[in-house]
Amino acid sequence: MAFVVPKETYSGKIYEVTIGKGDKAVTVGGENTLPFLTFEGEVPNRPAIAYEIQDIAPDDWPATVANVYKEVSSNPVTWAKFCQDTLGAKAIALRLIGTHPDRGDASPEAAAKVVADVLAAISVPLIILGSNHIEKDGPVLKAAAEAAKDSGAVLGKAQQENYKTIVAAAAANNLRLVCMSQLDVNLAKQLNILTTQMGFDKEKILMDPMSSALGYGIEYTYSVMERIRLAALQTNDPMMQTPMIADIGANVWKAKETAADIAEWGDVAQRGITWEATTGVSMLLAGAELLVMRHPEAVAVVERTIDELMQ
Amino acid sequence: MALSGVEIFKLLPKTNCKECGVPTCLAFAMKLAAKQASLDQCPYASDEAKKVLGAAAEPPIRVVTIGTGDNAVKMGDEVVLFRHDKKFFNPTAIALAVNDDDANIDAKVAAVKNSVIERVGQFLRVNAITVIDKSGDAAKFAAVVAKVVAADIPVILHTKNAAVAEAGVKSAAGKKPMIYAADESNAEAMAGVAKAGGASLAITAKGLDALTALSEKVKGLGVDDIVLDSGARTAKEMIHDYTMIRRAAAKKNFKPLGYPVIGFACRDNAQAETAITAVGIMKYASLVVVNSIEKWQNIALFTLRQNIFTDPQVPMQVEEKIYKIGEPDANSPLMITTNFSLTYFIVAGEVENSKVPCWLAIMNNEGLSVLTAWAAGKFTAGNIAKFINEIGADKVVGHKELIIPGYVSVLSGSLEDKLGGGWKVVVGPREANQLPAFLKQKVAA
Repeated sequence: MAFVVPKETYSGKIYEVTIGKGDKAVTVGGENTLPFLTFEGEVPNRPAIAYEIQDIAPDDWPATVANVYKEVSSNPVTWAKFCQDTLGAKAIALRLIGTHPDRGDASPEAAAKVVADVLAAISVPLIILGSNHIEKDGPVLKAAAEAAKDSGAVLGKAQQENYKTIVAAAAANNLRLVCMSQLDVNLAKQLNILTTQMGFDKEKILMDPMSSALGYGIEYTYSVMERIRLAALQTNDPMMQTPMIADIGANVWKAKETAADIAEWGDVAQRGITWEATTGVSMLLAGAELLVMRHPEAVAVVERTIDELMQ
Repeated sequence: MALSGVEIFKLLPKTNCKECGVPTCLAFAMKLAAKQASLDQCPYASDEAKKVLGAAAEPPIRVVTIGTGDNAVKMGDEVVLFRHDKKFFNPTAIALAVNDDDANIDAKVAAVKNSVIERVGQFLRVNAITVIDKSGDAAKFAAVVAKVVAADIPVILHTKNAAVAEAGVKSAAGKKPMIYAADESNAEAMAGVAKAGGASLAITAKGLDALTALSEKVKGLGVDDIVLDSGARTAKEMIHDYTMIRRAAAKKNFKPLGYPVIGFACRDNAQAETAITAVGIMKYASLVVVNSIEKWQNIALFTLRQNIFTDPQVPMQVEEKIYKIGEPDANSPLMITTNFSLTYFIVAGEVENSKVPCWLAIMNNEGLSVLTAWAAGKFTAGNIAKFINEIGADKVVGHKELIIPGYVSVLSGSLEDKLGGGWKVVVGPREANQLPAFLKQKVAA
C-alpha cells in the first residue's frame, strides 16, 4: 500500500490582527490550517508573547518571578522599559490591578495616566488589561482607552456582563479588543456576535476563552480552544475566526507548584519556569496566537519551541 | 474502523432465519454494529463477512505493550485526533535514555524507580529506560539491561546490531522488551531476534513513505508488535509526521501506520527538552525518550499527561475526607465544598494564600462543581448534613460552625435544621478568590 499524505482542506481562515504601530507593530493570525500544520496550509505569522507588567508592585507573585523585576516593579514605566530594552519584549501587557477595589482602588484617571506614561516610554505594542472587576473595569478601561487613542493598543477584557462600555471605548479610540468568555465555545461566539453587533470590526478582536494553568483546568481551555479553531476552519464560522489570546501568567504563578518549596517536586525556580513554559506551549498547540507571560526564562523556552515549530 | 449497521447488513445472508436469536438480519446487523452481538451467532456467515468484520473490529492503532505486570507500558489503541471527540486512552510513556557505558547507571535506575508522584489519586512515574548500545559490547549491554529488568522497569533495547539486541533480549527474557530499531539495513535480522525473544520491534525510516514500506516488510517477516519512528526530531517534524500517522490510522484505517509512535525529545537543555516532550504528549506520541528526569520536569510533564489524557466526559475527582490546610487546630474554621478536582485545587489554593489554617471538608458529589452538584440535587442540605455527621466533623473541630460556598447560600437555613445539635451555618464567598479576605476577616473578628 502506498502512503498518501492525509491532507485536509479548510474553508475558513483566521483574521490577521495587527497590534501597535510603526516598525514594532506585531501581526498575529492569518492561518488557514490547524496550529503549525504547514504541510496543508499557511501559517503566515509567528505567535507572539507579551510580557505582563502591573501598575502597582506585585505582592502576590512568587519569589522566582517577583525577583526578576524587584528593581523595576515599583514603577510601571521603568518596568515596561526593562521588559522592552533589557529582556527584548516584543509586546507588553499592562495589568491595571491597582484599580481593583481590594487592591488600592486607583481611580480611572490615575490608571489613564499610567497608560499614557507607559505608552510614551515604549515603542512595542501595548495590551491594556483591567483588574477583572466587572463594575470597575468599565470606567477604568474607558479612561485608559482615551489615553491610548490611535496607538494600536489592545484593550481588555470585555466580558458578557460589561462589554458595552468597553467595546464602545475601544471603537471610539481605534483600539483592538480582547473579548473574554468563560470556557465555552458558544459563549465565546456569542460575545463576538454581541461585540460586532455594536459595530465593532470583527477583524480587530482577540478572543480569550479563559486561560488556566497546567494542572488547574488546562485541559478545559485546551479543548475549548481546539473546538473554536475547528469551527473557524472547518465550518468557516466568521464569528470564530478571531485570533486567540491566552493570558497565562496570572494563573500559572498562583499554582502551588510555582511557589511551594517541596523537595519531592524538585527545584522550585526551575519548576515555576517550566510550569509557565509548558502551559504556554499547550496553549499554542491548541490554537492561541498571543500569550501573556511573566518569566523571561519561560518566554525564552516558548520562543525556542516556536522556532522549532516554525522552521 | 467501525462499520455501520447497514454496511454489516450487506455482508449477511439476508435470509432472516432467526437462528441467531434475532428476528431479522438487519436487526442482527444493528446489534453487531453496537457490539451487542458477535458474528459467531450467525451459522451462515460467509468467510468474506468474517474477514471484513474481523478487520473492522481491530483497533485502528494496534496495542503494543513493553514490560510486564503493574509497571508495563501500554501504547496505542487510540481512535481520535482530538480529545474532545472521545478521549485519549494510553498516556504517553516517558523513557529515560541511558548509555550502556554510563558510570552512573545505578543512580539513574534508582531515579526512575523513585520517580513516582501522586496526583489526584493517581501514581505517576517515568515509565521506562532506553538502554543505548554505546559500547558495542553485547555482554556489557546485556548486563545493564539486567539491572533495569531487576528493578522491574520496562526496557527498550537501543541498538542497530542484531547480536547486541539478541543479548539484550536474553537478558530481559519474559519481560517483553522493545527493540529500537529495525531499519532498511537490518530488518530481517532484527525481526528474527524480536520474534524469537517475544520482543516488540520499533522501526525507523526517514519519512512516511519509507516507513510505510519498512512496516509492511517487517510485518511480512512475521512481526506483529511494531512501533513507529519516522525520524522526526524537531517539534515541527514531530507534529507533522505524528498528525499524518494518526490521521492515516484513525481516519483512513491505513494498516501499515496503525501502530504506536516513539518520539525523541532529547535536548542539551532540560527546559527545552521538557517543552518538546510536552509537544509529544499533546500530539500523538505513545512514548517519548528523554535525557533528563529532574523532579521539576517530571511533575510538570506528569501533570500535563494526566490533564490531556483525562476523559473529557468524566470530571477528575479528589478523595472524600476532611483535608488539613496549613496546621489547623480545634478552633480553626471548617468549610465544605464538592470533590471536583478543580474546585478542590482552587479552594485549597486560596485558603493557603490566606495563611489562615482551615479544615476543608470535601464531599463526594461525583466530581461535579458546587453549582452543578446543587442543581443536580446532590449537594443538598440533607446530603451535606448526613456527610458532616458521618465523617465525624464534630470530633475534628471543637466548635459547631460550618462555612458553605456562597453559591448555595439558599441552603443555610435548611442545613442548620438538618444538622441539628447546635450547628451554625455561615455563608462563605461565591468565588474562591474572595476567600483570603473572608477568612482573614473571620479570624480577626
